[in-house]
Amino acid sequence: MKKSYITISSFALLIFAAVSCKKLMPPVPEDEEILAGTIPGLSPQQELEHLKGDENFGRIFSKEDGLGPVFVQNSCANCHIGNGKGHPTTELTRFANVNGSVVDYLLTKGGPQLQQHAIFGYTPETLPTEANVFSKRIAPAVMGLGYIAALDDQSILNNADPNDANGDGISGRPNYVDPTDFFSPQSIHIPNAGQYIGRFGKKAEKVTIQDQVVFALKQDMGITSDFDMQDLFNPQNGINTGDNVADPEVSASFVNSVVFYMRTLKAPPRRNADDADVKAGEQLFTQIGCASCHITTFTTPQSDIAALSNQTFHPYSDFLLHDMGQLLDDSYPEGSASGFEWRTPPLWGIGLAKDSQGGQMFLLHDGRVNSFEQVISFHGGEAESRRAAFNALSQDEKDKVIEFLESL
Amino acid sequence: MKIFTLNYKLFVLFSLFFVANNSVAQKDSSSIKRMDPDTSKLNMNLDAVYNRPFLQMGKIPVALGGYMEVNTNYSATDGVTEGFGFQFKRLTMFMSSTITKKIKFLSELEFEDGTKEINIEFAALDFEMHPMLNLRGGIVMNPIGAFNQNHDGPKWEFIERPISATQMLPATWSNAGFGLHGKYYQSNWVFGYEAYLTNGFDESIISNTEGKTFLPATKGNRDRFEDNFSGEPMITGKVAVKRRRVGEIGLSYMGGVYNKYQLDGVIIDDKRRVNVIAVDINSTIPKTNTTFVGEFAMVSLNVPTAYVENFGKKQRGGYLDIVQPILKRKMFGWEKATLNLAFRTEYVDWNVGNFELTGTKIYEHVFGIVPGISFRPSGQTVIRFNYRYQWQRDLLGNPAARTAAIQFGVSSYF
Ligand code: HEC
Ligand code: HEC
Repeated sequence: MKKSYITISSFALLIFAAVSCKKLMPPVPEDEEILAGTIPGLSPQQELEHLKGDENFGRIFSKEDGLGPVFVQNSCANCHIGNGKGHPTTELTRFANVNGSVVDYLLTKGGPQLQQHAIFGYTPETLPTEANVFSKRIAPAVMGLGYIAALDDQSILNNADPNDANGDGISGRPNYVDPTDFFSPQSIHIPNAGQYIGRFGKKAEKVTIQDQVVFALKQDMGITSDFDMQDLFNPQNGINTGDNVADPEVSASFVNSVVFYMRTLKAPPRRNADDADVKAGEQLFTQIGCASCHITTFTTPQSDIAALSNQTFHPYSDFLLHDMGQLLDDSYPEGSASGFEWRTPPLWGIGLAKDSQGGQMFLLHDGRVNSFEQVISFHGGEAESRRAAFNALSQDEKDKVIEFLESL
Repeated sequence: MKIFTLNYKLFVLFSLFFVANNSVAQKDSSSIKRMDPDTSKLNMNLDAVYNRPFLQMGKIPVALGGYMEVNTNYSATDGVTEGFGFQFKRLTMFMSSTITKKIKFLSELEFEDGTKEINIEFAALDFEMHPMLNLRGGIVMNPIGAFNQNHDGPKWEFIERPISATQMLPATWSNAGFGLHGKYYQSNWVFGYEAYLTNGFDESIISNTEGKTFLPATKGNRDRFEDNFSGEPMITGKVAVKRRRVGEIGLSYMGGVYNKYQLDGVIIDDKRRVNVIAVDINSTIPKTNTTFVGEFAMVSLNVPTAYVENFGKKQRGGYLDIVQPILKRKMFGWEKATLNLAFRTEYVDWNVGNFELTGTKIYEHVFGIVPGISFRPSGQTVIRFNYRYQWQRDLLGNPAARTAAIQFGVSSYF
C-alpha cells in the first residue's frame, strides 16, 4: 500500500513540476533569426491590425473562396514564405509580344502574366504563340516595406543620375509609370507628366504597396477585390468563363489589412554587425562602389503611421533602374524599364534568404544562382566596373565582403 | 437550417437517453447491469464497436454506453503560446440493441469540442447469417487501418489521437453503405475480414483551405451521408489475423473516385481516384506485458496536372505506441489499478515527391514524440499525462517549427 502512495504522489509531483516548467517548451528563436514581427513603436490597435493582415496574408484560397479560375498560387504566403525570399518552384512568368518599339502585353490572350494552374475542371493557361519575350521572377522578401513606402520621391530622385553627370559610371533613373485608378497621391509623391515613380516590383513598376497587393491578388491568385472587380479567365476557354463566386471575392478591408501588414513588418534584423571582418567587408563594399547602387541609408519623412515617421533605415538599394547588361537582359519591358534594366533590390535580409528558400540561396530576379560570388559575376552594364573591382580584391577581402552580405 | 434540425433531433435523442437512464434507475437501480467488454474471447479490431462496456437495464433489449474525454492543454510553437486551457474533446454515446436473434443494431453519436461538431459515427444493422458471413448496412466505420474502428478515448494512453489518423487519414471516418464481415476461428488463431461499399471522398480533399491534400476535409461535407459526390461507390476492405498471446496484424485498402467526372450525363473530367493502403499491428509481449500498437498508411491520388504542387499526390504516415505497465495492484482502493509508462512516435509526410521545376524534395512533414504516464483505476477509465514534442517542416524544408505540449486528461467510459 505504501509503495503505491509513493508512486502516485511522485506521479502527481511530476505533473506539477512539468506544468510549471517552461523549459520543456521550445525556445523562442533569436529575434535576429526571424523575419516575422512588427516595426518598433506600434500601438496595441496597430499590432492587432497587423495580426489581422498577417492572417489574410497567410490565407489559403480555395475554389469556394474565388480562387482562380486560373492562378499561379493559392496564397500570398506560399510564394513569400515566412515573409522571406521565395523559391524557384513558385516563380511566375510574364510575357508579351515585342516588335521593334511596339510592345503588346497580349491582354486578350491572357497577358501580362501566365496562370499555369487552374481550379478543378478548368483548363489552365498556356503561353500564347504570339508571345516572344518572357520574364521569370521569384518572390522577393517583403520585410521593411513600410519604410520604403514612406520614403518621399525626392529622396529617391536625389540619387538619380540618368546621364551620369558625375561620371561614376552609374546612371540610375526612376521608372515613371501610369498610376492605377485607385491611386491617390500623397505629399511624398512628385508626378511627372501624370506619371509617378514606381518603387516596388523587380522593375519598379508599382507605385504603392496597395498597387502591388491588388495586382498580386488578381494576377497571382485570381482573386477580385473592391479595387479590381474583373476576374481572370482563360481566353483559351472562352471569354468570361470562370469561377462562380460573386465579385469582389475579398473586400477593401481585406486588402487594407494586408497593406497594413506589409507596411508594419519590421526591417530584416542583422547578425554579427559588430564583427571585425563584417565591418571590414562593409568598408570594402563601399570602397569598390557596390554602395553606389546598393545605397546604405535613408530617412523617412512624416508618415501617417507614427512609428514610420523620421526613421533612418538601411535597405542597401536606391530603388532606381540600372542597365545590368546582357546576361540579365530578359527583353521584357515594364513601364519605362527595358529588358536589361532592373531596380536595385534591397539587400537587407539577404543573409537570411536560405532560411526561407529551403536551406539553399536562390539569388537574382529568377533565382538562377546560389552564391554571392555568382551574383556578382552576373553584374554587367553599369555595374561592370564594380564587378571588376570585386574580382581585383584578394581572396581574403572577397571573403569579408561575402561575410558582410551574410550579416545583412 | 439543416444543421439546426439535425442538432435538434440529436438533442431529443440525447434527452431520451438520459430520461430512459434516469427513470429506470429510479425504479429499480438493482436491475441495471454493467456489462464489461468480454476480454476472454479473441477480439479483433473489427469487434471494437460492440466490444465496449454497456449498461443493460432490466429486460429492456437496449444497452447504453458512452465515453467522454477532457484534458488540460498548454502548448507552444517556437516559444509562442496561446496560454493554458481546458479542452472538452468529446462526448460519445452508444446504444445497441438486439432486435431479434442474430439481428443487432448499434449507433454511436459523437459531440466534439462541446457541440461544435455533432456526428453520427456509426449507425448500422448487423444480420448474422453465419459467423463467417454478416451483412451490415447503415452508417459504417470504414475499416482503414485500426485506429478508425478502435478509437475510443479510454482505450488509449495518449490524449491526442495520432496525427496520421486525424490529419492524413480522416478518423473518425464513417459513411453510408453496405458490406460484409466475418470471422473464422481455428484453435489459437482467428481470421477476420470486412468489405464495404460506401459513399466516398469529394473534391475538398484537394480543393481546401489547408493548402495540402487533406482527406479529412471531406468530413466537412454535410451531404455526404445522402449524396455520393463522385457517383461511384468507394471500396474498403480489410483482412486481419490474430493469434492468441501474440497479437493481431491487419491489412486494409480503401479507394474510389473523388471527383465529379460527369454532370448531367456530360463527361467533364477524368475519373480521379484516391487509394489508401494501411497495415496495423498490435501485440503484447506476455512476459513483460509490453504492448505495441502501430499503424502505417500510404495515400496516393490522381491530382489534376493543372493543380499546384502543394497538393501532394502521395502521402504516408503512421505511429507506434509502446505501453509498459509498471505497477499492477490495488491502489487507492481500486482493486486492479495499473500505472503505465507510454511512448508514442509518429510521423506524417503530406507530400511525398519532388518539385517538378527544381527536382528538389518536397517536405511538408511532421515528426513527433509523446512520452506519457497513465493511471488506470480500472480498464475503463484512464487518467493520463502526456508531454509532446514535434517538429514540422514546410514544403521547402525550411527550419522546422517546434511545438511542445503538456497535457493532463481523463477519459472514461460511463
Ligand atoms: C506566385 C507567387 C506570388 C504570390 C502568390 C504573391 N506574390 Fe508577391 N511577389 C511575387 C513576385 C515574383 C514579386 C516581384 C514582382 C515583380 O517583379 O513585379 C512579388 C512582389 C511583391 C511585393 C513587392 C515587394 C518589393 O520589394 O518590391 C509585394 C508587396 C508583394 N509581392 C505582396 C504580395 C501579396 C500581398 C500577395 C498576396 C495577395 C502576394 N504578394 C502574392 C510573387 C508572388
Ligand atoms: C549598377 C548598380 C549596381 C551595382 C553597382 C551593384 N549592384 Fe548588386 N544588384 C543590382 C541590381 C539591379 C540587382 C538585381 C539584378 C537581378 O535581379 O537580375 C543586383 C543584385 C544583387 C544581389 C542579389 C540580390 C537578390 O535579391 O538576389 C547582390 C547580393 C548584390 N547585387 C550585391 C552587389 C555587390 C556585392 C556589389 C558590388 C560588387 C553590387 N551588388 C553592385 C545593382 C547593382
